[in-house]
Amino acid sequence: MAVTGLILIAFLLMHMFGNLKMFIGPESFNHYAEWLKGQSADGGILYPVLPAGWFIWLFRIVLLAAVVLHMYSAITLWNRALAANPSSYEAKRKLAQTYSARTMRWGGIILAGLLIFHLLQFTVHATLVAGPFDGSPYDMVVGEFKIWWLVAVYAIWMVTVCMHIRHGFWSAFATLGANTSAKARAVLNGCAWAVALILYIGFMIMPVAVLFGWIGA
Amino acid sequence: MNVTLRVWRQANAQSEGRMVTYQVQDVSPDMSFLEMLDLLNEDLTVKGEEPVAFDHDCREGICGMCGVVINGTAHGRGSSPVPTTTCQLHMRSFEDGAVIDVEPWRAGPFPVIKDLVVDRSAFDRIIQAGGYVSVNTGSAPDAHANAVGKQKADRAFDAATCIGCGACVAACPNSSGMLFTAAKITHLAMLPQGQPERHLRVKKMLAQHDAEGFGGCTNIGECAEVCPKQIPFDTISQLNRDLIASLFKRDGK
Repeated sequence: MAVTGLILIAFLLMHMFGNLKMFIGPESFNHYAEWLKGQSADGGILYPVLPAGWFIWLFRIVLLAAVVLHMYSAITLWNRALAANPSSYEAKRKLAQTYSARTMRWGGIILAGLLIFHLLQFTVHATLVAGPFDGSPYDMVVGEFKIWWLVAVYAIWMVTVCMHIRHGFWSAFATLGANTSAKARAVLNGCAWAVALILYIGFMIMPVAVLFGWIGA
Repeated sequence: MNVTLRVWRQANAQSEGRMVTYQVQDVSPDMSFLEMLDLLNEDLTVKGEEPVAFDHDCREGICGMCGVVINGTAHGRGSSPVPTTTCQLHMRSFEDGAVIDVEPWRAGPFPVIKDLVVDRSAFDRIIQAGGYVSVNTGSAPDAHANAVGKQKADRAFDAATCIGCGACVAACPNSSGMLFTAAKITHLAMLPQGQPERHLRVKKMLAQHDAEGFGGCTNIGECAEVCPKQIPFDTISQLNRDLIASLFKRDGK
């Protein structure tokens, strides 16, 4: 749970970094997209080490394995919790838990559902809202995020993702043994907030900029 | 003061339980919560009804016998200004005329025996699985034969104050007994006497914890919040550290 979660957070930080290349311009973003897929003139990422085009598939396999193992761990924990909780309290008051911690399971399901839509949209190109696409990756992203309600959907989706990360980041480090004192707990929670906020702002600033015509106009 | 109690009544482990409402008159604010329940039981006995069964022993907050969920929090932590056991919670923490819900710990590994009494022998079996040190007893060792650093000694003592009341399990949304298990792991892991069996212990105790049907820890933090002995939440990370280290040791494989 912790290890796969941290792999996915690391991926999100990299994904966010890539998205921000939209601000540099079409050449930069399109080259980045081709470079990842091994379609650029220089052979793409890790070219001499791996044949061109291999990296993206290895990367996808690792990510898929991380997601599957993450969900398998979550379902196992959920089942154990359900088995250990045959009856519920008549009155129940929460003292310590945060909204993020409480919504890890159902929130995880909701964000996984939207993840499928996101992949169908920008990876498979099956659910492109602005219609069929035959231009560059840059034009595709601009075309999609000119639709205001799509930006709104992404803004809400990213809230669920970042809430998941807010508890998940701290919880992963606690599971790996880093919560050594009350002070360490505060520091880890502070880092979790920072990572969640950086990811939210970093991911949403590009669609918002497209929507208002600051880029790609 | 007068209070209205809604108490969980359940005749035995097999029967269905339900909340029953009772009025308790002339409660002194200086009574402990258990003395208030004694008052209710005297009244019920006079009326010829079955008194409410609840666990209790020392009534000074050190034995770990008592423990009920009061208004939705274990040991009534939500009503008390300080961490407390049920016996050390006083009626002055409640308003006159208050309606108070009283329920037993609810967790699969803690089946209700009767009313508010639950069977916590699952905890005993976790301790039996590894919460001990195997040393040859004999004459008392020299006082300074085993030097322990101040920080480690403090940490060991903090963890050793666990009274095994089960409030952590009662408060946990996953019904996990991780704080209890981690308290014993940390207590023994900080001391020289605990080292020989350290890595075997964490595997054995965790295996027993899981076999008893407790849930897994998801680092939510309700356990440490209700703990009457303020067992630090970071003991769970100590358990995780020892568990990760134990994966690279031969012990218990």
